[in-house]
Amino acid sequence: MKKWLKPFKYAAIAACVSLGATAVQAEKLGYPEKEELKFGFIKLTDMAPIAIAYEKGYFEEEGLYVTIEAQANWKVLLNGVIDGSLDGAHMLAGQPIAATMGFGTKADIITPFSMDLNGNGITVSNEIWEQMKPHIPKMADGRPVHPIKADALKPVVEKYKSDGKPFNMGMVFPVSTHNYELRYWLAAGGIHPGYYAPHKGDISGQIDADALLSVTPPPQMPATLEAGTIYGYCVGEPWNQQAVFKGIGVPVVTDYEIWKDNPEKVFGITKQFAEKYPNTTIRLTRALIRAAKWLDENNNANRPAAVKILSQPNYVGADYDVIANSMTGTFEYEKGDKRDVPDFNVFFRHNATYPYYSDAIWYLTQMRRWGQISEDKSDDWYKDMAKKVYRPDIYEKAAQSLIEEGLMVSKDFPDFSTEDGYRDPQTHFIDNIVYDGTKPNEYINKFSIGLKQGQKL
Amino acid sequence: MSSTTSLVKKLEEQFELPNVAQEFIKKSVQYVGIPMIGILVFLFLWSIAAQNIDTSLGKFPGPSVVMEQFGNLYEEHQASREKEAAFYERQDERNAKRMEADPNYVPKVRAYTGKETFLDQIVTSLITVMSGFLLAAVIAIPLGIAIGLNKTLNTAVNPIIQIFKPVSPLAWLPLVTMVVSALYVTPDPTVPKSFLNSMITVTLCCLWPMVINTSVGVASIDSDLVNVSRVLRLPALKHVQKIVLPASIPMIFTGMRLSLGIAWMVLIAAEMLAQNPGLGKFVWDEFQNGSSDSLGRIMAAVIVIGFIGFLLDRCMLQIQRFVSWDKASAAR
Repeated sequence: MKKWLKPFKYAAIAACVSLGATAVQAEKLGYPEKEELKFGFIKLTDMAPIAIAYEKGYFEEEGLYVTIEAQANWKVLLNGVIDGSLDGAHMLAGQPIAATMGFGTKADIITPFSMDLNGNGITVSNEIWEQMKPHIPKMADGRPVHPIKADALKPVVEKYKSDGKPFNMGMVFPVSTHNYELRYWLAAGGIHPGYYAPHKGDISGQIDADALLSVTPPPQMPATLEAGTIYGYCVGEPWNQQAVFKGIGVPVVTDYEIWKDNPEKVFGITKQFAEKYPNTTIRLTRALIRAAKWLDENNNANRPAAVKILSQPNYVGADYDVIANSMTGTFEYEKGDKRDVPDFNVFFRHNATYPYYSDAIWYLTQMRRWGQISEDKSDDWYKDMAKKVYRPDIYEKAAQSLIEEGLMVSKDFPDFSTEDGYRDPQTHFIDNIVYDGTKPNEYINKFSIGLKQGQKL
Repeated sequence: MSSTTSLVKKLEEQFELPNVAQEFIKKSVQYVGIPMIGILVFLFLWSIAAQNIDTSLGKFPGPSVVMEQFGNLYEEHQASREKEAAFYERQDERNAKRMEADPNYVPKVRAYTGKETFLDQIVTSLITVMSGFLLAAVIAIPLGIAIGLNKTLNTAVNPIIQIFKPVSPLAWLPLVTMVVSALYVTPDPTVPKSFLNSMITVTLCCLWPMVINTSVGVASIDSDLVNVSRVLRLPALKHVQKIVLPASIPMIFTGMRLSLGIAWMVLIAAEMLAQNPGLGKFVWDEFQNGSSDSLGRIMAAVIVIGFIGFLLDRCMLQIQRFVSWDKASAAR
């Protein structure tokens, strides 16, 4: 062979190899084993990736025929996934973890896909807001300074306590993000949200509590606040903006301000499902990744179209304006006080869809902090538990095949060759405490309110 | 006084209104005119009241808003049908493509995955209520005849009937749901679990009026008829067939009409509570949506629910008129 031909030869070999590799990869991703699927969701804007994957035909392109069905509450939804009447669902990040751990119902549920970052808020009734207002510093134009800390709520709660009245607040599920966010915010302001003691049979979570937290399904939150059963709540959108529109309450803080870019919902399936139908699992993950990308594409250019889809009665169903308020980069606090929160809902940027172990571990630390995990655990235990539930391996397979087919580019994703599943230490908390996912016990010990290493109720 | 009567007579003679036409006018006023006035007064009061009720979701829907929502619901139904057609088209294409790539593949047609429309929900509810009701009738009528004929059996069963009769569907539903989930386990179910749950709950609630009415009807047969049967020495089965059933038909049908009314009410409640497909789920979904259209759409559903309940009752009445010898019992 002539010398000048050599580069061509190598190029040809390389081309053959890479072609071969693609062929092998493509062959690996076979047809879905189960094509007719039923997914559950709760009426919240962060179910958007599922609705978009359906409406944009991403599921169908994977050969999946998906029916999407709203569920009454988080408990019904979880039971549906466990008993197989649902194949998968939009879930609270804490649900697969708690189920695997056996807190509540025991079942092996995994997640290959994290659905979004941020997206929740804490709302108080008008009456409570009036009582909080004198304790909140104001800007030059008279509007309150954000973020509002629970310090402003503390005197109100104390007054209720000294009057002998319980201070009731709502969250959506015992292992919900909302429960931990509300607790985090309250505790950061010196209000004790109460401990759980499952080993003593106490799962009400009100031991030593200043504020009594109870469960209400998300869409019922505004009605429950209106009825006066609770004085405030933590819930996902659009149920905070709904309170503003209905004029019954004031959102005081978003979760973005409690912890910037906190992980929110996940897509949960049973471990058995993933093992029995590996192709289906990868394919549904691919569809969801594409939907998430569409939602964030071109600097949120698709958001108005997404809001239109979500406002259909079979999805979230609230009015367009209510959903758009938080989905298009703004958030309305007190009526008329609309502020920019461009990252209020993140579906794809900042690797929002990648299931980081450190996200799972944060939830575990909060479960330990509030006594849902009653025994002391080692750092390794936290890591093992996260590995059981969060499955970046499935995500990676889905992502790689999307890159190979040219539907995505590798810079859309974390660098899989170096990614270890742990985010860098997080510094964006409302109380300035730093979270390092590799050292869960050290993290737990940093809080002034909450169980620490070695403590047991 | 007498002059006015004579005037009327004179007028009648002059215009010579035939008796038939007179009768027709009288009837149409009675059966169409008066109900129309009733409905108009109701619509008027409704729209006045609606304008004065402010909810946190906007004003309470008046008649015009509800009419508009009926239009919307129908349009949504049409749009959904178009989507369905497109869905099947895409599926065919996809199947064809796969057949090309993989000749061994046997194409499968999957059902449309879209959401049920309002009209679909009505059909679902109707099927569920009829199945539940028929199942109840199949159990209740023989049981009622048996305890009507046999006093001892009646004394034994009566306490159980009396205790179960007042139980609300909301109490049965959790039990039914759990039992169905435990017993009905098939990988590819022919009927969905949710349908069974609703249906069995309906059956459990509408069983009792039928049992009681049938047994009372059977027990209170004219003693002359029973004596005739004795004299003819009819065998037991013939006795039931020739004497008992015809004699107690009016009472059995009264029970069935009561039951069907209960069945319809129970079904809507069960669907709302368990989120089983049907009109009840439609109402609950709309309530959860909290959109500014929600109340109008719920009101539209309420009217449809009432109207269907009314139609079901009329149907039973017609059947009763057709089969019963005692026309007086089917008067209202």
